[in-house]
Amino acid sequence: MRARQWARDLAMGTRFAFAGGREGWVRALLTAVGVGLGVALLLLTTALPGALAERNRREEARLDYTFAQEVMPKADDTLVVADIDTTYLDRNVRGRLMEPEGAEAPLPPGLEEFPATGEMVVSPALRELLDSDRGELLRERLPYDVVGTIGEQGLIGSQELAYYAGAEGLAERIDGSTVARIDEFGNPHPTEEETDPVLVLLVLVVFVVLLMPVAVFIAAAVRFGGERRDRRLAALRLVGSDSRATRRIAAGEALAGALLGLVLGTGFFLIGREVAASFEVFGVSVFPSYLNPSPLLVLLVAVAVPAAAVLVTLLALRSVVIEPLGVVRAARPARRRLWWRLLLPLGGIGMLTPMIGQGRENGDFNQYLVVGGVICLLVGVTALLPWIVETVVARLGRGSLSWQLAVRRLQLSSGAAARMVNGIAVAVAGAIALQMLFAGVESDYTEATGYDVSRAQMQIRVPEGTDLAAAAAKLERTEGVRRVHALSEGYFHDTPPPKEPQLGALLTIGDCATLREVAKLPDCRDGDAFVLRGGDYDDETASLNEPGRKLYLETQEDSGETGTVVWTLPEGVGQADAIEDPTGTRRNGFLMTPGAMPAGMAQAVSGELYLAIDDSVPHAREYARNTAATIDPLADPMDWSTTEHSERYASIRTGLFAGATAVLALIGASLLVSQLEQLRERRKLLSSLVAFGTRRRTLSLSVLWQTAIPIGLGLLLASAVGMTLGAVLLRMTATSVRVDWPSVLQMTGIGAAVVVVVTLLSLPPLLRMMRPDGLRTE
Amino acid sequence: MTSAPAGTLLAAEDLRKAYGPTTALDGAAFSIHPGEVVAVMGPSGSGKSTLLHCLAGIVTPDSGSITYDGRELTAMNDAGRSALRRSEFGFVFQFGQLVPELTCVENVALPLRLNGTPRKEAERAALTWLERLEVDDVRKKRPGEVSGGQGQRVAVARALVTGPRVVFADEPTGALDSLNGERVMELLTDAARSAGAAVVLVTHEARVAAYSDREIVVRDGRSRDMERVI
Amino acid sequence: MSIGHTLLGLLESGPRHGYDLKRAFDEKFGHDRPLHYGQVYSTMSRLLKNGLVEVDGIESGGGPERKRYAITEAGITDVERWLATPEKPEPYLQSTLYTKVVLALLTSRDAADILDTQRSEHLRGMRILTDRKRKGDLADQLICDHALFHLEADLRWLELTAARLDKLREAVAR
Repeated sequence: MRARQWARDLAMGTRFAFAGGREGWVRALLTAVGVGLGVALLLLTTALPGALAERNRREEARLDYTFAQEVMPKADDTLVVADIDTTYLDRNVRGRLMEPEGAEAPLPPGLEEFPATGEMVVSPALRELLDSDRGELLRERLPYDVVGTIGEQGLIGSQELAYYAGAEGLAERIDGSTVARIDEFGNPHPTEEETDPVLVLLVLVVFVVLLMPVAVFIAAAVRFGGERRDRRLAALRLVGSDSRATRRIAAGEALAGALLGLVLGTGFFLIGREVAASFEVFGVSVFPSYLNPSPLLVLLVAVAVPAAAVLVTLLALRSVVIEPLGVVRAARPARRRLWWRLLLPLGGIGMLTPMIGQGRENGDFNQYLVVGGVICLLVGVTALLPWIVETVVARLGRGSLSWQLAVRRLQLSSGAAARMVNGIAVAVAGAIALQMLFAGVESDYTEATGYDVSRAQMQIRVPEGTDLAAAAAKLERTEGVRRVHALSEGYFHDTPPPKEPQLGALLTIGDCATLREVAKLPDCRDGDAFVLRGGDYDDETASLNEPGRKLYLETQEDSGETGTVVWTLPEGVGQADAIEDPTGTRRNGFLMTPGAMPAGMAQAVSGELYLAIDDSVPHAREYARNTAATIDPLADPMDWSTTEHSERYASIRTGLFAGATAVLALIGASLLVSQLEQLRERRKLLSSLVAFGTRRRTLSLSVLWQTAIPIGLGLLLASAVGMTLGAVLLRMTATSVRVDWPSVLQMTGIGAAVVVVVTLLSLPPLLRMMRPDGLRTE
Repeated sequence: MTSAPAGTLLAAEDLRKAYGPTTALDGAAFSIHPGEVVAVMGPSGSGKSTLLHCLAGIVTPDSGSITYDGRELTAMNDAGRSALRRSEFGFVFQFGQLVPELTCVENVALPLRLNGTPRKEAERAALTWLERLEVDDVRKKRPGEVSGGQGQRVAVARALVTGPRVVFADEPTGALDSLNGERVMELLTDAARSAGAAVVLVTHEARVAAYSDREIVVRDGRSRDMERVI
Repeated sequence: MSIGHTLLGLLESGPRHGYDLKRAFDEKFGHDRPLHYGQVYSTMSRLLKNGLVEVDGIESGGGPERKRYAITEAGITDVERWLATPEKPEPYLQSTLYTKVVLALLTSRDAADILDTQRSEHLRGMRILTDRKRKGDLADQLICDHALFHLEADLRWLELTAARLDKLREAVAR
């Protein structure tokens, strides 16, 4: 019986929600959009852990472990694989050369058969890139015929660039680092998923920050059209509905919006899932199939969201007495008190404080405390704002007529004003905090590289045995390369292998010009050798520098090289002072010009080519990489840059910016709806004010003030809380705290823009309402 | 075109006004002398209020002429008419005219402040008028907290505070009981007479119209000046 | 109005001369129409005959002799009964105005004109009453209000008839 009554009343409310004409529809739709956004975000959040786990599983499954200490013997089930990852237009391309050594050789996931030599199998994203104009230079670097596509199982993201190419003669180059023989794919020692705790923190905070304003918005949205609803409810009371039933009907109205919101939210989520596949953030992209929220959580969302909508409505009606002849609000609500409102933000800071300074090294953040703390801080905004608005507005007063009209109105109903602004304030506070966090973390990454990019901007490591001079000449002819310094490096032991060395020293080989990049040379001719002074961490070189002493060059035992290269220190090795080389270190050990090399040494040292790039030439680095690939596919070009990582954060910051803007626009729309509703209620008053000769400007300005005052206060509070939260988060990631003023200005600017837009959009109806038609009563 | 009788303050000839397909005025005429109280009577929907709105320069008629103090109202732009309403006219409506957020004294001071009078001075003048209309005890209250009769007296005070030459009253007692209504009419006409202001009084109630010096009847958008007929 | 009952009522507070009675009546009720002496004396003699008053005494000074009247028990009872009996509302069923309007319609004259002129005349009367009300005391106000409400009722009828003239014309033409 009681259940039936509930159902009947809720259903009646649901009907009312859509029966209010255009206005009713707009209101229901706005509520639904708000709820829908919230639902979509919630579903996405619940799907995220699963997605990351699935991604991790696939990544482990295709792992080819090339760092084995021992080389396994060739067999029918072995495969030699070479890691030839490259970078193209700042995106990573996962590349593998493969040479099966028998019929049983393991196939990597996602492949149906091995590509033959000179052929490759590519990921869909790479195929698309190669087919496009943007991929032109990459096509030169990958001189293989595309014969197939890597299946989804072999990829960790929809946007991943990857290929497997067939090759020959790889076995000779097995080196325990980039080339290896394997007999299975997959990590032999599966690891627990280890996500960067800072990344987890970012993701958590992003979702909380985006969800909070939506929650606040929903709370405000279900109270839309209050006056009109009150009249309707009063009419229901008049025809005999009791006060409980009336409340249930009101709840039903809210429920309608929430249910529609669930439908929209599911739609948003499905769309978002597909859209998510075409995005790449942090170099991470996902397949739509990854984003499968667990059914239990979906059920929870589906129940919790409508239930919350009903609860908020009932809560809002608590202080309202619905009488047959009208609605009485608790006459003069008790003056807002400050102390408990301060508890929330202080509590939030309290929850976050223990994690300050934890950073990357000290393990995970307590996720519950992080989420709890951030929520408390942001909810604190919604608790503090009504008090601030009330307190400040009570003190305003002097000023022009438009100001007086606005202030008086706010004094009468500061709560309603604050409620509408709450969403904006929370969104801005969260966004400011996040932007600060990103800016901080970003600059942290950037500072870490420390390369001296004024002398060289690229470094190419070529395998041992490469003709360095020829390679350097080839690179020097490449477009966009200004200068090439070729350095070979080796390492001397004081004893011949297999004895363990007691002392060691670095050997750097290059022509005089190149050697001058690493040391101050008194005088240099081909055939000279030098000993370095003043290198970093050097306490061994000096003791090795005895004329006649034999030094043994370290060789790669497994590379099939035989014999040991020995250098006997000649008389009169020149002294040279180490200077910072392009990598930012002072070398130690010995310097040698090519003419001073003993026999066999050229084949035993690996070469480094330092390239000065003319970045004004478009894609100069791509040309250099292409040349490197022709020298040897295993050549490993490295970019030097001080702004190495900024790209990753730029995209996420753009995303955050777009998200915050969308949320603000939504809130602005609801602000507009309530503004128009309020104006319509005052139509008669406005008309009579116009009859008095009130200037339109005065009334328009008063509408502006009415929005601008609470939003201004909200933005101030939001900036304060946002910067506090940002500072705390930065301290948590052990990053130096710096206020990112541009983003503070940007976010408050958007908030202010919302005010202006809302006012501008409410002006035409206002002007229309100020026409004398409003005076007509007959 | 206009030939207002000598000494008229506000006169209208051959006013026509249509709202879409509905004809509100169809050749109405009107005239009022300084200090005169003229009732505009007629059944509902006859065009009384439209006539008042036209005379007050709130609505522009489709055709016809309105002269106020020798000036042609229909030739003025909106800003000019607004300024005229601010400084020369006063208004009392049936209800819903007081700004609910402002106190009574602030409401009365409103027209003065529209004219640029400083706040303190405006409120002092407003208080004087509240005293004259015997409602100075509610000066600190908001319109929602006073009775209908008090509110209407506040509205009358507001209409008179600028010392207007014409007061337009549209069913000023419509929402009041007869005792309060008559008191408001008495105060309104007394105050207007002593200030030398003319009153255009739209009403359908004969007993309210009895406070006028003469009446004009509007029927189907046409007016009839009973004094000229008899 | 029953002058007899009114004078009886005035006597209830104590015996009075005929002249006093007239003055008291005029003062309280006779704003528009003062009583004639003759009216007083003829009424008193009728009341005397019916035993509702008695002669309390006769003064014969220099002038004509003046009787002092006092109310009897029967008189008091009669006043009581009169006050307790509700007045029969005026039916107004024979209206000159109605006749005029119908006649105008029958003779194809402008009936609205008649109504407008009548309204104007009524309003003129109401203005005079309103003016008197504003200047007078409470008694004046009550008396004027009574008259005003009646005139207002007439006016409402005028408005209603004006709004129904077309229908009336059809009905009359049949």
